[in-house]
Amino acid sequence: MTLADTARVSDNPVRRPKQLFRNLSAKFASIPMILTALVVFVGGTAWTVAHSFTKSRLLPKWDFVGLDQYERLWNSNRWIISVENLLIYGVCSLVLTMVLGFTLAALLDRKIRFEGAFRTIFLYPFALSFIVTGLAWQWILNPDFGIQGVVRNMGWESFTFDPLNDPDIVIFGILIAGLWQGTGFVMVIMLAGLRGIDEDIWKAARVDGIGITKTYVRVIIPMMRPVFVTALVIIASGIIKLYDLVVAQTNGGPGIASEVPAKYVINYMFEAQNLAQGFAASTMMLLSVIIVLVPWAYLEFGGKKRG
Amino acid sequence: MKIKAALATTAAFISASALSAADLEVTHWWTSGGEAVAVSEFAKAVNEKTAHNWVDGAIAGSGGTARPIIISRILGGDPMAATQLNHGRQAEELIEAGLMTDLTDLAEAEGWKDFVYPSSLLEGCTYEGRIYCVPVNIHSTQWLWLSHDAFEQAGIEVPKDWFEFVAAAPKLEEAGLVPMAQGQQGWQQAIAFGALSISVVGIDTWSKVVVEKDADVAGGPEYAKVFQASANARELARNSNVQDWNLATNMVITGKAGGQIMGDWAQGEFAVAGQVAGEDYTCLPGLGLNQVIDTGGDAFYFPVVDDPDVKAAQLEMASILISKEAQVAFNLAKGSLPVRGDIDLSTANDCMQKGLAILAAGGVLPNADQTLSADTQTQIKDLMAEFWASDMTAEDAQARYASIIASAD
Repeated sequence: MTLADTARVSDNPVRRPKQLFRNLSAKFASIPMILTALVVFVGGTAWTVAHSFTKSRLLPKWDFVGLDQYERLWNSNRWIISVENLLIYGVCSLVLTMVLGFTLAALLDRKIRFEGAFRTIFLYPFALSFIVTGLAWQWILNPDFGIQGVVRNMGWESFTFDPLNDPDIVIFGILIAGLWQGTGFVMVIMLAGLRGIDEDIWKAARVDGIGITKTYVRVIIPMMRPVFVTALVIIASGIIKLYDLVVAQTNGGPGIASEVPAKYVINYMFEAQNLAQGFAASTMMLLSVIIVLVPWAYLEFGGKKRG
Repeated sequence: MKIKAALATTAAFISASALSAADLEVTHWWTSGGEAVAVSEFAKAVNEKTAHNWVDGAIAGSGGTARPIIISRILGGDPMAATQLNHGRQAEELIEAGLMTDLTDLAEAEGWKDFVYPSSLLEGCTYEGRIYCVPVNIHSTQWLWLSHDAFEQAGIEVPKDWFEFVAAAPKLEEAGLVPMAQGQQGWQQAIAFGALSISVVGIDTWSKVVVEKDADVAGGPEYAKVFQASANARELARNSNVQDWNLATNMVITGKAGGQIMGDWAQGEFAVAGQVAGEDYTCLPGLGLNQVIDTGGDAFYFPVVDDPDVKAAQLEMASILISKEAQVAFNLAKGSLPVRGDIDLSTANDCMQKGLAILAAGGVLPNADQTLSADTQTQIKDLMAEFWASDMTAEDAQARYASIIASAD
């Protein structure tokens, strides 16, 4: 009784100042997390960005050199190729996982038989780490033992499918593995979203005589907006982090044709013992995330307040 | 008097540590067949001669994979008892930060300076007058390994230098063989490039570029020959689609490829396969052109630890690694040259004898690890990885190499 009373009292706009002390125990409990977020994430990020303007080698040093590291970064062929690869991989992977994931989910949602079995099969690759996925696909795409070898053994001698050894298309070889791994997960999220749609919507659409495809595109998908946003954020963060798949599958090869930014960061921080160069690269990665996120957040949250 | 003091110090080391046995975790990246045999010789020596246990912490993959793991463990406050690194500049900053144990007292007590040959090895371990590591072997990278079987299949004589090898390549191709085996990894390509540069332009020009970092020479007409030779080598290795160095060496062992440019550690693989130098394979130091080898190699560093037992054990271990018996056993298995000038290696095979003869004649060069920073080396590896896998022209590659040298440190 008293608890409810206090809550109602502090809800009163006239007594605003007490707002700070409302739910004191909950606020107190979240202090460690707030501190972690501020010190570890924000603090760590600021520290990294600041050191990217120095000439730190193996150990961090305050020895400012201005934008030298960034100049070198953007003059480096390997970095440019890394960024291009990430763009190709990112766009293709984003579009294809969404489209394939949603299509699979929609098909499963048509009350087919053995839905559980299909769902398990599609989701299974997600249980594997990127390292295992990468190694498995390295073998599958191996020209002597994989797909090409099998087809040639069946009699089609001129068949060529060797993406991992062709610098021009190697990134698509990695894309295939990435899609195989990630699509099932998106499918499950989408399926959960589809299950959340009220049966009555379908009934109403049927009464109005709207076709199934049209119902999906015009009614269901707009209703699933939050699900799409969730899936988008998860896929996008996976794309930026792309590292282990490449290491396992090609290790950046042939040559430097399948290098990615995260690999550049790790290599320059540890192998080349040039922290500042690695930090400059990671700052560029952070910057690109911010460039994408800020307009989106502005539209998403800024718009609502005005409306 | 001096001897007495030395004895007293040695005795102090030993008596201080004899009290308790410690587990010594040792990290290294010796994982191929020949290497694993060699490192087990060290483990045996430590286990038998001391009360301590060698806990093997092998890290699979090449040094490029292992070094970041080792360094981040030391930096992160979880140091191992001992670790392999290549002496030279890799550990420079770790020493500067006081993370490595100073071995100077032990070295002086045992007189390392008197028997370590060539002395540049100990210099690689020295930082501001103090010694921080134990060199354990000498590795050189200017070797061309040739398969007798492959040249027999092609019906030609085994070449005596790089240019004969290039001339023999078409015959090898006709016989359906890959002329040159080459692992498609940046560090291996950088080794091939390094070996070609010393062999083709000679020591003076080479040291102007690699030691003095003269970008004009690196971009000049003399060095253009190196890039032309590398472009030739790239054509010869076109059909070599393996990644790891030991798989490439295996192509030479099985006679599927004519030859390979690789460091002398390749010899361990030939030994494991039961092949005999001079009968089944030939090795040409300096690619048969210039009789020089560099004196890089592996060394053990001992990170600073808190546990006094481990501290004492580290010094004992250092002393064992450089002892005569351990040096002979280890280097015979690994195919590398020992760091001591005072041991008898008459049991060594043909290739090691060639290497020893060059050492004795003083044909030694500093190793890239000693002259170039890890940063510059990574840039060169990146360039080589790109050059070998693409159709980049020799001129473009040279221009970019010159710009790396211009900013090298």
